[in-house]
Amino acid sequence: MRKVLVLAVMVVAIAGLQRNALASDWNMPVGVTEISRSVYSLHMLIFWICVVIGVVVFGAMFYSLFRYRRSKGAKAAHFHEHTTVEVFWTTIPLLILVAMAVPATATLKEMYDTSESDLDVLITGHQWRWQYEYLGEGVSFFSNLSTPSAQIEGEAPKDEHYLLEVDQPLVLPVDRKVRFLTTSADVIHSWWVPAFAVKKDAMPGFINEAWTRIEEPGIYRGQCAELCGRNHGFMPVVVHAMEQDDFDAWLAERKQQAASAANSVDREWKMDELMAQGEKVYSTICAACHQAEGQGLPPTFPALAGNQALMDDLEKHIGVVLNGVSETAMPAFSGTLNPVDIAAVITYERNAWGNETGDVIQPSDIQARLSSE
Amino acid sequence: MAPKLPPKAPLEHGNSITGGASAHEGEHHYRSGPLRWLLTTNHKEIGTLYLIFSLSMFMVGGIMALVVRLELFQPGLQMVQPEFFNQMTTMHGLIMIFGAVMPGFVGLANWMVPLQVGAPDMALPRLNNFSFWLLPIAFVLLLSTLLMPGGGPNFGWTSYAPLSTTYAPPSTTFFIFSLHMAGISSILGAINIIATILNLRAPGMRLMDMTLFVWTWLITAFLLIAVMPVLAGVLTMMLLDINFGTSFFNAAGGGDPVLFQHLFWFFGHPEVYIMILPAFGIVSVIVPTFARKPLFGYSSMVYATASIAVLSFTVWAHHMFSVGLPLVAELFFMYATMLIAVPTGVKVFNWIATLFRGSITFETAMLFALAFIVLFSIGGFSGLMLAIAPADFQYHDTYFVVAHFHYVLVPGAVFSIMAAVYYWLPKWTGHYPDERLGRWHFWLSVIGVNLLFFPMHFAGLAGMPRRIPDYALQFADFNMASSIGGFLFGFSQLLFIWVIVKCVRGGVKAPARSWDGATDLEWTVPSPAPLHTFETPPDMRRIES
Repeated sequence: MRKVLVLAVMVVAIAGLQRNALASDWNMPVGVTEISRSVYSLHMLIFWICVVIGVVVFGAMFYSLFRYRRSKGAKAAHFHEHTTVEVFWTTIPLLILVAMAVPATATLKEMYDTSESDLDVLITGHQWRWQYEYLGEGVSFFSNLSTPSAQIEGEAPKDEHYLLEVDQPLVLPVDRKVRFLTTSADVIHSWWVPAFAVKKDAMPGFINEAWTRIEEPGIYRGQCAELCGRNHGFMPVVVHAMEQDDFDAWLAERKQQAASAANSVDREWKMDELMAQGEKVYSTICAACHQAEGQGLPPTFPALAGNQALMDDLEKHIGVVLNGVSETAMPAFSGTLNPVDIAAVITYERNAWGNETGDVIQPSDIQARLSSE
Repeated sequence: MAPKLPPKAPLEHGNSITGGASAHEGEHHYRSGPLRWLLTTNHKEIGTLYLIFSLSMFMVGGIMALVVRLELFQPGLQMVQPEFFNQMTTMHGLIMIFGAVMPGFVGLANWMVPLQVGAPDMALPRLNNFSFWLLPIAFVLLLSTLLMPGGGPNFGWTSYAPLSTTYAPPSTTFFIFSLHMAGISSILGAINIIATILNLRAPGMRLMDMTLFVWTWLITAFLLIAVMPVLAGVLTMMLLDINFGTSFFNAAGGGDPVLFQHLFWFFGHPEVYIMILPAFGIVSVIVPTFARKPLFGYSSMVYATASIAVLSFTVWAHHMFSVGLPLVAELFFMYATMLIAVPTGVKVFNWIATLFRGSITFETAMLFALAFIVLFSIGGFSGLMLAIAPADFQYHDTYFVVAHFHYVLVPGAVFSIMAAVYYWLPKWTGHYPDERLGRWHFWLSVIGVNLLFFPMHFAGLAGMPRRIPDYALQFADFNMASSIGGFLFGFSQLLFIWVIVKCVRGGVKAPARSWDGATDLEWTVPSPAPLHTFETPPDMRRIES
């Protein structure tokens, strides 16, 4: 028996010492906002209250177990009621709880005050990526996991920020009140950054509000917190907080890019250009369900490679990508991808993995179709 | 509630033995082979069936948990793909809740409620048979979804729409049907337990004379009847959304995914207490026996149980603090949830006051009951932390929550069932369980369960979301420790099976009163309890000293 105990203690100790443990590896992070510090102190307050109650209660219990062993000749008493004591241990916890509820209420009220924001960001959850739209600025983009699948499959060593890195982080200014509006295009997701103490569910059909005011520039990482399907564990949140000047410069650059992208719709695209762009779009957007080689995961996610019915019907293919398929997981992409990406990905799907239709779909055609609908 | 007339009970018993197709008086005793178990209406045999079923499901659900722990042993995807991982977490939850813990408690109620109230059988014996046999059918159906195209349910046991409707695998309809059957089984079982307790108590036994186990089950049965129909309702709405084109939870059709969560947790939170109130009852019976001292604060225990049951209907949205509830709702549900700590605390204090100045011995049943008190309290503490809504934004949907509910369910509910098995095995089999093996089982389980679940607190606080098949590197050590603990705990349960089998086959003979501190009615009948007991009800007015 003792050997087992010693072994267990050793396992825990080795596991604990293996890493140079930082405080935030074991405990809730203090974070970089006023709210996150209030939440942290509430957490520590209730924790220490529990510890004190635990010491007293378990102390009394182990004292009784030790002191009143029959093997040491303890004779049982026969009392079974004591009104004063019972009233005492009902009211004391009640008072502790009231004392706890007061600061919790204050913090909660603070968290709910989303008024007078300096910047509004619409966060839309998708299976399995986040979309960020800077409201009123005309800037919108997807943020995808950038950890290569070789690292996930164990074929390459894992980076420091394994599973917590994205292609395009959400960029925010420091010392500004940023309001987050969360919603979802498909199932429920939950946008969470521990350093801000912000976790808000992204609900289809609803827009939820949260806010933060970041105090230090830096990169802050979080994850989707609500089970949202196959790749729930693979849609991290990365926020890059920077000074207002840097943020303004970044935003201007993004606006520039958006404008030039709009121009490129009208020009004639070549097959290999579309294929290259299409492969990029496919691997970040479509491959999560339809798989890297287009083989799909039937019956939920149909195969695209060798899907003859689809290859014979270009109109249907375009319609499915633009409008989605109702009652299934296939979303409508007309609102989330630009015409270039839509044209490119359809071209790619019709000419990759043994699909050899030779179809070249021009962004201008997609644009025309979108405006006619 | 006036005591029933003595002739009533034998009459009920007379009904019970006409349970077969061509039954006649006395046939029950001689039927052999599988038909005996299929057609039995005897509360002891049905209790045994429930307990065997519960133990089997505990093993099946446990294997699924081990698949999960194996995948989480190291970062990266090694053993299974994410969709299978999600099926394992979902099925593990469903099977442990509806297949292991609930039928475990129902089995104990079947065996012990009639014996503790001095009744010859359950009030509705044929219904009892039906309630049991629904379960194996329901769970074979549920397990078969794993083999269907697209796999089994993969949306978590909470089945949040629209992941569980529009985006669910085709097998979801079967999942709904199997849970409907399990739900009907629970409701029928609950009706039976209420009818037995209210109508078949021995003459002279008042409600406030009943053991805490009977009391907690009476209250639990009312909770079941109140909330299982809500689960049935929400499952039916899912069924309609999936197969009949309705849009209860589909935002695109004007539906409301938050409505699903309100309905689910209106069932789900009382469900949590359904799985813990009978455990309170068991511990309240075992602790006085081995402290050789009456339970401290009997009536406050009863009132605390009733308060917890009533409050359990007013706290459901604490599972939903992050869905975007209005501030006033958050405050209400936060206060109500904190309030539950008061009656729960009273219970723990009462158990300790029972130990105080007792004459204590540490048989295996007592060890499990004592571990329950400590480890359940730890789960209670983390529950109190989770009640604080602003902090819950950080805890919610992380491993901190996983640690919390496993502390109340495994060293909580499951340990109480194990304590009950060790406590009542002498009554069931006529033999004492092997104390030495029992102690091994206990210590390995306690060490395993803490190594399994304690590090999850740290992983959650450090930011690890629940229900993910792969995780960032800073969570690696906690997960490795948890996995080692999981395998230790899992394989220790083989010892449990061994102890039970050994005890059924033989061992030190147990007298009627198998524990010298035991005072309840079941210890007045021989060990093993004969198939029919209390055919003439004991007169409590005479027995009471």
